[in-house]
Amino acid sequence: MSDHSDHPSYLGHHYDTVEQQFDSGKLGMWLFLATEILLFAGLFCAYAIYRKNHPEVFIYAHQFLDKNLGGINTLVLITSSFTMAMAVRMAQLGKKQATAGLLALTLLGGVGFLGIKAVEYEHKWKHGLLWGTKYRDQDAEHGTPGEHGGEHGTEGETAPGEHSLRLSLPGVEIAHAAEDAGHGAAGNEATSGEAAANGTEHAADGTEHSASGDATMSEGAAAEGAQMDASADESGEPAPIVGGEAMPHSGLAKGASQPQGMAAPAEAGEGHGTGHKPSNVHIFFGIYFLMTGLHGLHVIAGMGAISWVLIRTLRGDFSAEYSTPVDLVGLYWHLVDLVWIYLFPLLYLIH
Amino acid sequence: MNLVFDLIAQLALMGVAQTANKTFYMPPQASASAAHVDWLFDLILWISVFFFVLIVILMVMFIVKYRVKDPNAEGPRIYHNTPLEITWTAIPLAIVVVIFWLGFKGYMDLAVPPANAYEIQVTGQKWKWLFTYPNGYVDEILHVPSDRPVTLVMTSTDVIHAMYIPAFRAKTDVMPGRYTKIWFDATEPGTYPLFCAEYCGTGHSAMITEVLVHGPGEFETWMDEAANWIATMAPEEAGLKLYSMLGCQQCHSTTGAAGIGPTWAGLFGSERKMKDGSTIVADENYIRQSILEPQAEIVAGFDPVMPTFQGRIKDDGIAALIAYMKSLQ
Amino acid sequence: MTTTTYDGHAEEKNYLNAKPGIWSWLTTLDHKRIGVMYLISILFAFFLGGMLALLVRTELLTPGKTIVDADTYNQLFTLHGAIMIFLFIIPGIPAAIGNFVLPLMLGAKDVAFPRLNLLSWYLWITGAVFAIVSMVVGAVDTGWTFYTPYSTQTSTQVINMTMGVFILGFSSIFTGLNFVVTIHKLRPAGMTWWRMPLMLWGLYATAIIQVLATPVLGITLLLLVAERALGVGIFDPSLGGDPLLYQHFFWFYSHPAVYIMILPAMGVISELISVHSRKTIFGYHAIALSSVAIAAFSFIVWGHHMFTAMSPMGNMIFSALTFSVSIPSAVKTFNWLATLYRGHIRLNAPMLYALAFIFLFGIGGLTGLFLGALATDIHLHDTYFIVAHFHYVMFGGTVIAFLGGIHHWWPKMFGRMYNENLARIACLLIFLGFNFTFFTQFILGTMGMPRRYYDYIDTFATLHQFSTMGSYIMAVGFFLTAGYLIHSLVAGERAVENPWGAATLEWRTASPPIEHNFHETPDANYPYDYSVNRYNPETGNYDYIGPSRVDDHGHAVGFHGAESTT
Repeated sequence: MSDHSDHPSYLGHHYDTVEQQFDSGKLGMWLFLATEILLFAGLFCAYAIYRKNHPEVFIYAHQFLDKNLGGINTLVLITSSFTMAMAVRMAQLGKKQATAGLLALTLLGGVGFLGIKAVEYEHKWKHGLLWGTKYRDQDAEHGTPGEHGGEHGTEGETAPGEHSLRLSLPGVEIAHAAEDAGHGAAGNEATSGEAAANGTEHAADGTEHSASGDATMSEGAAAEGAQMDASADESGEPAPIVGGEAMPHSGLAKGASQPQGMAAPAEAGEGHGTGHKPSNVHIFFGIYFLMTGLHGLHVIAGMGAISWVLIRTLRGDFSAEYSTPVDLVGLYWHLVDLVWIYLFPLLYLIH
Repeated sequence: MNLVFDLIAQLALMGVAQTANKTFYMPPQASASAAHVDWLFDLILWISVFFFVLIVILMVMFIVKYRVKDPNAEGPRIYHNTPLEITWTAIPLAIVVVIFWLGFKGYMDLAVPPANAYEIQVTGQKWKWLFTYPNGYVDEILHVPSDRPVTLVMTSTDVIHAMYIPAFRAKTDVMPGRYTKIWFDATEPGTYPLFCAEYCGTGHSAMITEVLVHGPGEFETWMDEAANWIATMAPEEAGLKLYSMLGCQQCHSTTGAAGIGPTWAGLFGSERKMKDGSTIVADENYIRQSILEPQAEIVAGFDPVMPTFQGRIKDDGIAALIAYMKSLQ
Repeated sequence: MTTTTYDGHAEEKNYLNAKPGIWSWLTTLDHKRIGVMYLISILFAFFLGGMLALLVRTELLTPGKTIVDADTYNQLFTLHGAIMIFLFIIPGIPAAIGNFVLPLMLGAKDVAFPRLNLLSWYLWITGAVFAIVSMVVGAVDTGWTFYTPYSTQTSTQVINMTMGVFILGFSSIFTGLNFVVTIHKLRPAGMTWWRMPLMLWGLYATAIIQVLATPVLGITLLLLVAERALGVGIFDPSLGGDPLLYQHFFWFYSHPAVYIMILPAMGVISELISVHSRKTIFGYHAIALSSVAIAAFSFIVWGHHMFTAMSPMGNMIFSALTFSVSIPSAVKTFNWLATLYRGHIRLNAPMLYALAFIFLFGIGGLTGLFLGALATDIHLHDTYFIVAHFHYVMFGGTVIAFLGGIHHWWPKMFGRMYNENLARIACLLIFLGFNFTFFTQFILGTMGMPRRYYDYIDTFATLHQFSTMGSYIMAVGFFLTAGYLIHSLVAGERAVENPWGAATLEWRTASPPIEHNFHETPDANYPYDYSVNRYNPETGNYDYIGPSRVDDHGHAVGFHGAESTT
């Protein structure tokens, strides 16, 4: 055993046989893939919880995603998975040229995917279809969003500034109407922990917008004031929506006031109808960007790994006897593909 | 099954009932549920003491008896003993099932408020508690009657806090953006500490106040007086109290420092430049309008963000606030 | 099969002096060297965390301000918690001791992925740098749990710290992954699953949790960073998010993480008890499988950290599940006791630590019953009772086992013996100081003293002073330990190959081991068959006289063997 002379250069000193090394590598990669899946699982959980609690947000917001581009991207990734699988096969057969070619094709697929993703991101960035404090309200008066982000874009840009100014007053009144409802509901029928939900539903009845309960308090913390101002500047709104935020400390009074970015739903009382917008749409985009962003990082990492085995292939490190790294990188790339296969319907194809 | 548990519970209760009102180092029992919680605590305590003493005695006995004599001697090869292992798995299992059940039952008593409970709204904020009574009166000390159950409906304006009243064995998180509840049936008149139990920053340990349990009938008397508290104080003092109670200080300073709203220092009687270019003298009527209809006139340089206090403040309160403003010249 | 008995030839190179120079250490792929590097690193973190703890205790000596202001105090306990948990206890036994002993106990030449192993260490260093930088440039005041929305609002260095913890998470994942693959694929012929020492079962169960739970911490911390840096709002109630979701995510990792800390400790204790009473472990299968059972249960009990915030239904389920974890822990304790029965007990330092573990972990485990039961937890939640409980488990359990393990494997790691009497005195000081410090806190918690309080009402003052005094006694014990261990490195008596008479494989190579662990892969035997070695009064070594005379080929015979021969 301790005789190292029968060890090929690619066999680690602590392994006895090539099979043992290959099996170890494979098991290690599978475990790593399990951790990657669990990493995404956190986001899938967040997605499931918010979709269950606020289905209207998801149904409304997903219309801003471009199904065509998403579909094309799915095809691109599946194709690249196929070329990757072929590359692994060719590597096992020791066909250096074919392996290199297929790896290059796979790499190209990755570039294509990221390119299309960049186009999608760019649309969203331009129209403020972003997360949390960066989200810019999409104007409901111009109807439901278009099929294509591009078409929609010009409409969405109609000066939200004046709009919000006009709305800040009703926003405050609603807050107070809701105060009473909140008190009443909390006392009479709500069970612990759900009091808020009930309270604001009452409020919603009065003002004809369905703010979702536990989510609609606006901040009182001074710390957030700065954050809010910043975001207001960002979206060109002259410190608008702060109706709730600047209110005095009574948390109950704020039970149903609108959080940052949510001036529009206050208007739902006037413009209730097909263009009805749920509150907190930004949650969807937050999840969208987190999921696709993390996935994008994995695509980049995968491309790095593919480039590495491509170089090693060209250098002639692999043979029919030893091509483990190509195998393992292949597994990783399939995972990246698999995650997208779930992301695409969950984000783009909501009914 | 239920019956068995109840029987065990009753038997154990009888045993413990003879001991004093206060057990181990538990705080005084001042609510109806406290005795049950303490009883369960005692039960677990004695079970734990029994097992712990057993383990330690065995351990010490073995150490004394089986000290090494011969470095080569090997202990007997006792690999396992199925009956023994089943026993020491089954007994703890049975015990924890009982403890779980008793804990759950006791918890349901703590968690589900009775329908007729008196309701007080609670706001947690860094770093104090505000208790709003049904008639709108706000206090920083929790007053409760001793002759009826009380439910607190709680929310937070900033981070997570937790309402903790050791004497009632009651604790519930207070969250921003939602309401949580806690209830208790205070039995012993007196004053007890009330803590914030969820870490909330610099003043976390200062976020403590008191629960004042009034004797039978006394709560209503106190409430009547408290509701008229403005009349019992000098107007400036009442104004100062309203200033913090209503949260005016969040936007309006009294030092001259800029805030979300104009400072009150030197405000009264001064000439105010409005957003539309006009000028108004800040007299009583202007102040009154600004409180009740804050959007009517906006001072230049500020945003129309103040909520109305219509319905939240009465005439005597406005007068007190004005008196306070006057004192800030 | 030849055996490498100890014959005192000091000429042969060992792993410590096989390659010279600091660079050879920083680029080493040898699991033993990486283990030693981990040991040095985590001890540094332990020192830092310990100093912070002393500052915290000193501040609490009197109500109000004693030495620091409230903000500083909040930063002190946050950093104490974060450093102790993420930098010390989690990597403590697996990455430092485990790295050193795992391949040796297995009879392997190294872990499966030596480069990844080194990368883990560098990731640890990177994470530690982030954590310490956050300390230097402005600290963190959120508590080690980083609860939202406080952690998204505070002005302190939360991003820095969470990025550090994120990186440490990957260090932990890679260590776990390495161990799982090593145990699955690098067991030499003869080392069957049922011949693995219980330390390895403990490390295996730990590694599985590390691989399966840590990624969730990773994504949670990424979300927190996104929340702070970008304002995503998933956890921010003012943006429609749910702050409780953060707690669910966080505890989905951090409760299993409790078992990342305690399972390897239980592995260590199983070795120490058996070896130092020179008697086969009682209930080998039960201990091995209860480790795996605890690992599995650990994933379904996280909700008990939120009993004061969840619905009654959720509370009921999590309370019931929580009690399920107590059973395998109880079973282990009884097994250790039964192992002592009719043993030949040597009261040396490792054994003293093992016995202290049973005592302290007993208290830690039993006080868990108060917290699993809903009605009593409501009162005790977030009080000093909790602080005392988890210190009894994490310190009284894991740190005590870590110290026991260090004393047990010290001769193997460095080839030197330490001063046994000083070690016993230090053990006693730590044991007494610990109980002083933390038992008082059970009383404080029962009285209703909330945790994380800078200031407290006068009722609690006396007990706080007791507690602080205890922490100073403990500190003396630790400084004494550091003193005699460092002394032993330069002037300690040379260690023999097998000073304790252990039957596991790491004692079948030189002390310290040669670079490739073994000249010949040793034959695995049932790991607690002490007839394989015999004490040599001249050298003080237990010479290997195997092979094992227990007919344990195939576990069926060996383990139903109360009847087997002596």
